[in-house]
Order: sequence, then structure tokens, then C-alpha cells
Amino acid sequence: MSSGSSIFRRRMVAGAAALAAAVALSACGAKTDAGGSSDKAAKADTSGDTVKVGLLNSLSGTMAISEVTVRDSLKLAIDEINAKGGVLGKKIQPISEDGASDWPTFAEKASKLIREDRVVATFGCWTSASRKAVKPVFEKNKSLLFYPVQYEGLEESPYIFYTGATTNQQIVPALDYLKNQGKKSIYLVGSDYVFPRTANKIIKAYAKANGMKVLGEDYAPLGSTEFSTIANKVKASKADAVFNTLNGDSNVAFFKEYKSAGLTATSMPVVSVSIAEEEVKSIGSQYLAGQLTAWNYYQTTAGAANTEFVKAYKAKYGQGKPTSDPMEAAYTSVYLWKAMVEKAGSFDPEKVKAASDGITFDAPEGKVTVDGASQHIYKTARIGKIGTDGLIEQVWDSGKAIKPDPYLKGYDWASGLS
Amino acid sequence: MTDSRMPLLTRIPLVKGHSARARAGFAAAAVALFGLAPLALSDFRLGLLAKYLCTAMVAVGICLAWGRGGLLTLGQGVFFGLGGYAMAMHLKIADAGPGNLPDFMQLYGTATELPWWWQPFANPLFALAATVLLPMLVAALLGSFIFRRRVKGAYFAILSQALTAAFAIWLIGQQATTGGTNGLTDIQGFFGYDLNDPVNQRMVYFVIAAALLLLMALARQLIHSRYGELLVAVRDSEERVRFLGYDPANVKLVAYVVAAGMAGLAGALFVPAVGIISPAMIGIVPSIEFVIGAAVGGRASLVGAVLGAIGVAWAKTALSEEFPAAWTYFQGLLFIVALAFLPGGLASLVGMVRRRRAARASEEPSPALPVGEAA
Repeated sequence: MSSGSSIFRRRMVAGAAALAAAVALSACGAKTDAGGSSDKAAKADTSGDTVKVGLLNSLSGTMAISEVTVRDSLKLAIDEINAKGGVLGKKIQPISEDGASDWPTFAEKASKLIREDRVVATFGCWTSASRKAVKPVFEKNKSLLFYPVQYEGLEESPYIFYTGATTNQQIVPALDYLKNQGKKSIYLVGSDYVFPRTANKIIKAYAKANGMKVLGEDYAPLGSTEFSTIANKVKASKADAVFNTLNGDSNVAFFKEYKSAGLTATSMPVVSVSIAEEEVKSIGSQYLAGQLTAWNYYQTTAGAANTEFVKAYKAKYGQGKPTSDPMEAAYTSVYLWKAMVEKAGSFDPEKVKAASDGITFDAPEGKVTVDGASQHIYKTARIGKIGTDGLIEQVWDSGKAIKPDPYLKGYDWASGLS
Repeated sequence: MTDSRMPLLTRIPLVKGHSARARAGFAAAAVALFGLAPLALSDFRLGLLAKYLCTAMVAVGICLAWGRGGLLTLGQGVFFGLGGYAMAMHLKIADAGPGNLPDFMQLYGTATELPWWWQPFANPLFALAATVLLPMLVAALLGSFIFRRRVKGAYFAILSQALTAAFAIWLIGQQATTGGTNGLTDIQGFFGYDLNDPVNQRMVYFVIAAALLLLMALARQLIHSRYGELLVAVRDSEERVRFLGYDPANVKLVAYVVAAGMAGLAGALFVPAVGIISPAMIGIVPSIEFVIGAAVGGRASLVGAVLGAIGVAWAKTALSEEFPAAWTYFQGLLFIVALAFLPGGLASLVGMVRRRRAARASEEPSPALPVGEAA
């Protein structure tokens, strides 16, 4: 018995080894140093009357609260474009996938959209970690991603268009604002992931060059709701202001603790860079009234394009639904893609990229222009104050659209950052 | 039944027909994995299958440690992560080329040279060995501490969970040297082969499929050896085994360490298959998901655990593609149904059918449960 099965096992192993060797020999593909591997990119399907685009957002998990609104906003733009005849005479068919707030899942879904659905472009992602996870997928397949959220900069992928703010359009203006308000010391609170850590690195470099003191720096895991220690440390620091880069539902717990520690917007204002109208609604404006935010768009931003956008959004999704900066940037990104495709006369990513420089769109936030070199867009920075009604009123703006500078090359104090 | 001085790895005679079935099973699995799957699946789907097979490799270890040894290994993410990071660190160094720092270090770090604990991973042999030996070493240190102190049951599970949480939090905190939440991404090459090339991706799949079959053969050998019997004995009645003169701590330690090595290898192969390793694959939730796959399939049955892991991973993809907004509910429901109505997993269905048939065939009392269904 046992000798029989050991012979069997030996045969099994030999067979498996032979099989593996045969496979390995027949399957030697390109070496890394072989230079540009022949065009292995998945070809988008543009043959029919419709073209598919991918919508890649977290519809479950800790980021869902924010990302679902972006998905809704993307769908609104697509519906509007389809109602007016589509792009290059083709209707757009959105394929929605759930990134599940999990970065490897984002990579899997991006790959599925490009290679199985053969989409012409993809819109979405929120966290930097999800963008970093899908970046190689888009680059490998030479397919385009439109990323609609403010982020920490220091990136220019040839296959990503960044329609949210980079640091010199959001964080740097917010610091300028605090400085001009006479704030001499700040405390940094953030979620423990790449955006807050990188943003805080930039903030510390700015503070050092501008005579501001950073009195503390604390990180909480994404999704954490335990903030009593941090709130007490913030209180004890007696900083002039708090710079908050917390993301998602952690903000709810943080601001509740902040209030119960006896801190207020007048005693120690908090500038948040990830709290927009949607989050104000879920945190509760009673905890946030009077606090500051830094964005490029608010629901209250003046202009006919925004009035239209807010009206259309509420008509589609309900009167109680607010609009926010990432939603606006997502909505804008679809129109910018449309304009690029029409200028290029083709859905081909390379031609779309080549046509991108100088494309403009009368977005809800005002006129935006694509900077072809960095594939970011010119945006106006806006500081807002959260009102008791849950809306955010602008208290300051940069006056003109700021040229994107993802590597902060135009700032001397930032020279050591990258 | 056997002399206690016989080597522990001696195979014990099996029920007649068992071995022939296993032989047929292995052959069928090899045909399915090496022949049918590559023919039937697109490159993208085959890549996903490679990913599922990696979770199945972890499940092989879980079957051994939990199903057979009763160690609720809720912390396999640590070992998966150690293997994955060891592999990814080497591939990142190789991608950067000699003298250069990996891309994320240039972005987030301040150092101008590789941290000391990265340097050995520049050596491919060291990195390869580390993917398996590092998790085993950690498991051996941890296990000998835990089992000697007779920590078991829920306390062992909680310790495992705490460890995964701590490891994930540590990785996130060390952004400059570990990539933080992003993890190690954008891996381009695999020992000189360009991972962007679908042909090479296919090769990675074959390596993973072969590794899975190898681990299954190894686990089967262990399960059907005297050691395997001893492991089940420790699971079912640790005190009795102790009175018989064996040290249960050592018996458990071996299963724990072998399971850790398997998880490490799975993590290492996950990296070229998916192109990313991040704390999201290591923390508490993925660690529980590894266990759930094995539980749904049947933790005490090798085939059950493997098919369960593949099935649950596949269901996750399929459900999320079909119902992007609601799939998590379906997944939860699946687990609840499987665990509430089939505590022995889907594999116990097979046993149930077999027993019923046997009972109908003869009026004799049904034979003692095969070990696989005792859990």
C-alpha cells in the first residue's frame, strides 16, 4: 500500500516538474530589459453606437459615504451628455465597479474595466492609496483615468488626468490664509495614510519657512473613532489653529470629541481639507458651525454653471442632497474628457492626451483649463466657513485660477520635499 | 496500532480506495489548472484565478492548523504579509536598478540609501528564502511562547488578531520605508521577466498552480502520517496526549509553523500575480477572510478548504461585478448560511451523502466518522 502510493507520489512529482518545466520553457515572455514590449495594451472598444466608460468608486467600506456621491455625480454628467447626443455621435454607457475601500480590489476592478469591458476611459478613485494601486494598471494598459479628488501632489502619471486640486491649489493657499489671519502655531491631525502624511510634510516645510510653529502631529487609523486622547492633546497644546486631514467617518468622532473638550471655532479654529458639504451633513453642522474648510468649490459658489449643476443634481437625486468639491470635480472631469475627445476626433488615449492642453470648460467652480504638461487643471482656491445650515460660505478666494504645480517647483521652501 | 518509536512521518495505512481517489483527484486538479483553465479563461480571468489560488494556499495551512490541529489561526495575514513584503521588497529593489532607491522612498523618504533592513533583500536568493523562512521563524518564536504557556482557544485567536493589527499599523506608520497604506505597488518585473507581458503573467499563474498542488501533496502527506493522527488527537483531547507522553506544544507548533510557511509562500506569489502588496491584505479583515474561505469549504478537509477558499474569493469577484452596490450583503449572507447550517463546511455535505447512502445500503450502524468530519 504505502510503497504503491510512494511510487505514485514520485510519478506525480516528476509529472508536475516536467509540466512546469515545459510551461516555463514555452512561456518565456519579454524580459524587463527588452525595452518597450510590443504593444500589449488592451484596445478599447469603439466599434458600436455606444462607448463604455468605467466608473471606479468605493460603493462599500469606510470610503463609500464619500465615493458614492462622486459616482452619482459622474452619472449625472454622463446622462446630460447622452441627452445631448453623446460624444462623437456615440452614447456613453457607464460600467460601475466597486473598489470596496480596498486597494488591491481597486487594481482588480481597474483591470477588469480595461481588459474585459474595454472601456475608453475610467473615472473615479478617491484615496491616494487607491490611485497608487491602479496607476500601474492604467499605465500598463495605456488607458486613461480621470481622478477627481484633491490630493497630495508629487505625481504626474502619463495616463491620469487630475481634476481635483494639487497641494498648491488647496493646502498652500489655506496656509497662506492662516498666516494672514495671524495664526502663529498649528496642530496637525490626520488619518494614517499617504495623503495626510505627505500633506503634513509639506505643511511642516511651509511652517518652517514662514515662522509658524507646528505644536503636534497625530495620526489615527482610517475609520478610527477614538479621539479623546487626540482632542485632549490638541487642547493642551494651545495652538492657534488645527490643520485637519482626517478622512471619512473619523471626522464625526473627532469633531464630537473636539466639542466636548470645550474647544470651539473661535477659541481654536480647525481648517479641514477633506470635509465637504456631504460630510458636514453626516457629522452634524452643530459640531462644525464656524469651522473652516479649504476647497475649490462649494455648493454656494456663485455662477450660472453652478446654479444649473446644483439644480440638476437635486432634481436627479433629491432636494436634500448637497453638492461638494469632489463631486464637482468628477462632473467636470467627464465634460473635460468629452471636450478632449471631440478636439482629438478620436477616443484613442494618445490622441486624447495630445489634444488636452488648453481645453477649457465652464465648470460649476468657474472656468477651468487643462494644463497639458502636468495633466492637472487650473483651479481657484477657496476658503469657506461652515454655517449652521450645513452649507459652506466662501470667506476668501485666490482671485484667479492657480496654475497646477504638483511638485511645488515654484516654491523655494519646498525644494527638499521630493 | 503502531510502535511509538516509528518515525512520526510514517504513513499510516488508509481505508481502501482512499489513495486511488486522491490520485484521481490530483490528476483532475492538474488537468483543470494546467489544461482547462488557461484554455477557457481570458488573461484577465486567469490572473484573477492566480489570485484565488494564493488564498487557497493559505487555506491549505489553515486546514492543517485549524481543521486538524484546532488552532484558530485568525492571524494568517501576518505571515502572508511577511512573505509578500519580502518578495515585493526584492522586486522593488530590482525594479529601481542598482544604486537607485525604490520610487516611493524617493517620494516620501528622506534617506539617501536603502535602510539596513532592506539591504539583504537585494539578494534574490535571500529574498526567496525569506518569503517562506521568515514567516516560519516568526511563527516558531511566537508559537513556542504561546503553546508552552498553554494559551489556547479564544486567547490564541485574540493574540493572532492582535498581532495582525499591530503588524498592519506598524507598516502604515513607516511610510518612508514600507510605503505606508499604499503598500508596495507598481511592481514591473519578476526576476528579470516583464510582468506587463501577458505571457509572463501566464507563467506566474502556472508557478502558483504548481505551488498549490505541491502544498496540497505536502499537507496530505502530513495529515495521513502518524504526526497527522497525533495532531488530531491533540485537537480533540490535549490532556490525554500529554499523559501518553507526547508534548502537545511541539505537535501544535509544527502545524502552526508549517501553516505560516504556506501563508508566506502564498503572499510571495500573490505579489507578481497582483502587482501590489499593502497593509489592506494583512490586517484583521483579510485574516478573517482567509479563515472564512476554509470554513465555508470545510476546514478539516483539505479539498474542502481549498475549494472553499477559491469559491469564496470567486464569489467576491462575481457578486461585486454583478451587484456593485449590494454585494457585501450577499457575501455576508453566504457566510452565515454556510456556517449556521453546515458547520463542517460544504465538504461535510459529501460526507453526509456518503453516510446516508451507506446507511441505506446496509442496516449496519454507520462506521465511525472519518477524521475529516469530526470537527
